[in-house]
Amino acid sequence: MEVFFKLNGQPVKVDVKPNEVLLDVLRLKLGIKSVKRGCERAECGTCTVLLDGKPTYSCMILAPYVNGREVATIEYLKENGELKPLVEAFADVGAVQCGFCTPGFLLTVYAFLKKNPSPTREEIKKAIEGNLCRCTGYKKIIEAIELASKKMKSG
Amino acid sequence: MFYRIPEINYIYVSKLDEALEVLHTLDNARVLAGGTDLVMDLKIGRIRPETIVDISRVDELKYIKDEGDYLRIGALTTLQDIVESSLVRAKAPVLVKAVNEMASWQVRNVATIGGNLCNASPAADSAPPLMVLEARLILASREGEREVPITQFFKGPGKTVMRPDELLKEIIIPYERGSGQHYIKLGRRDAFTLSIVSVAALVKVSNGKFSDVRIALNSVAPTPVRAYDAENALKGREVNLENIENASKLVLNSISPITDVRASAEYRKEMSVVLTRDALLAALKDLGINLGGE
Repeated sequence: MEVFFKLNGQPVKVDVKPNEVLLDVLRLKLGIKSVKRGCERAECGTCTVLLDGKPTYSCMILAPYVNGREVATIEYLKENGELKPLVEAFADVGAVQCGFCTPGFLLTVYAFLKKNPSPTREEIKKAIEGNLCRCTGYKKIIEAIELASKKMKSG
Repeated sequence: MFYRIPEINYIYVSKLDEALEVLHTLDNARVLAGGTDLVMDLKIGRIRPETIVDISRVDELKYIKDEGDYLRIGALTTLQDIVESSLVRAKAPVLVKAVNEMASWQVRNVATIGGNLCNASPAADSAPPLMVLEARLILASREGEREVPITQFFKGPGKTVMRPDELLKEIIIPYERGSGQHYIKLGRRDAFTLSIVSVAALVKVSNGKFSDVRIALNSVAPTPVRAYDAENALKGREVNLENIENASKLVLNSISPITDVRASAEYRKEMSVVLTRDALLAALKDLGINLGGE
């Protein structure tokens, strides 16, 4: 069956099977490799995408579900320039080690800071509960989010 | 790909009537609301439906309405919409507290309250708060509608009183004025985890005595349960620590936990007693009554 949706602001039409998940459509059919395959069971957060602006796991979304909706990955944030302060904050603080979880974190954090530009540390922890990182121990990621929040307000 | 979902048919519906017609006609169909439980069940082969009926576009089932003495929540309201609703926070705070601790932001953004109830997991975290609030569920089918108290909705793991041609349409939540409410979830970690046991408590007090007490638990029986023996032991009794501690032990009459990957049955029993006590004390604190006991 054909599904039509907006991917990173552009309309796309893809032929899918109903038993395919969005993660596979993005990676295997549309070449979006920033969306990572992790646990495939809605636990690790590395396949996070923005669906109609809200972070969600692409491994748990059947392809037909996205028909008529909007999907965004970090490529979209890169194009519209909104990724820069986030990436800078992550780099400045050293919140990236192996990097596998980073695209998922960036999307979650982007959506979170849009909703809550001046979060408390507790609010930050709550926001990233659905993204796992096995390298950093989260401390630096939380610091990066605090820094990004400052950067985005001043810039 | 670690998981492969078998071939399946997929139907979209965008109106409730249309959904009910489809469910009336099709055999072996499963409803997709948010899909966060359903897709996992498809992946691990727990269910093998022929057809998925995607009701996520039935916008008429997405609402939170204030009717004064009660709230009406459409079954397709997402968990995150409930967390962020000032209306639910004001009139059913115990539900917000529970839902805020469910899964993760990514899951709550698509998962629905109706889906959590219809999936009927013994660990459904929206169930204990709705049980102490004595919510009522409106089930719709082509034949019409019926109302079922949530305390009679669950029949076993994955089983409810719903017929295959029925859809959960709405959740009616009475506004319990002057009640203290609290919810405690015990998991293996603080965030994004399944309950080992969760307890919701609702209390009302007049003249130093309990005028109403409601306690519900999940993950300690085949379905979420009310602990009526413990409740009855407190109703009409003086509000003090001793009465609460004695009554909390009676939750054991209402539960039958199993040992699983999350915890042993023995641990669940002990924790059910402790958390019932703690939830009752915190619900009283919500009313400004501080008995200590921490």
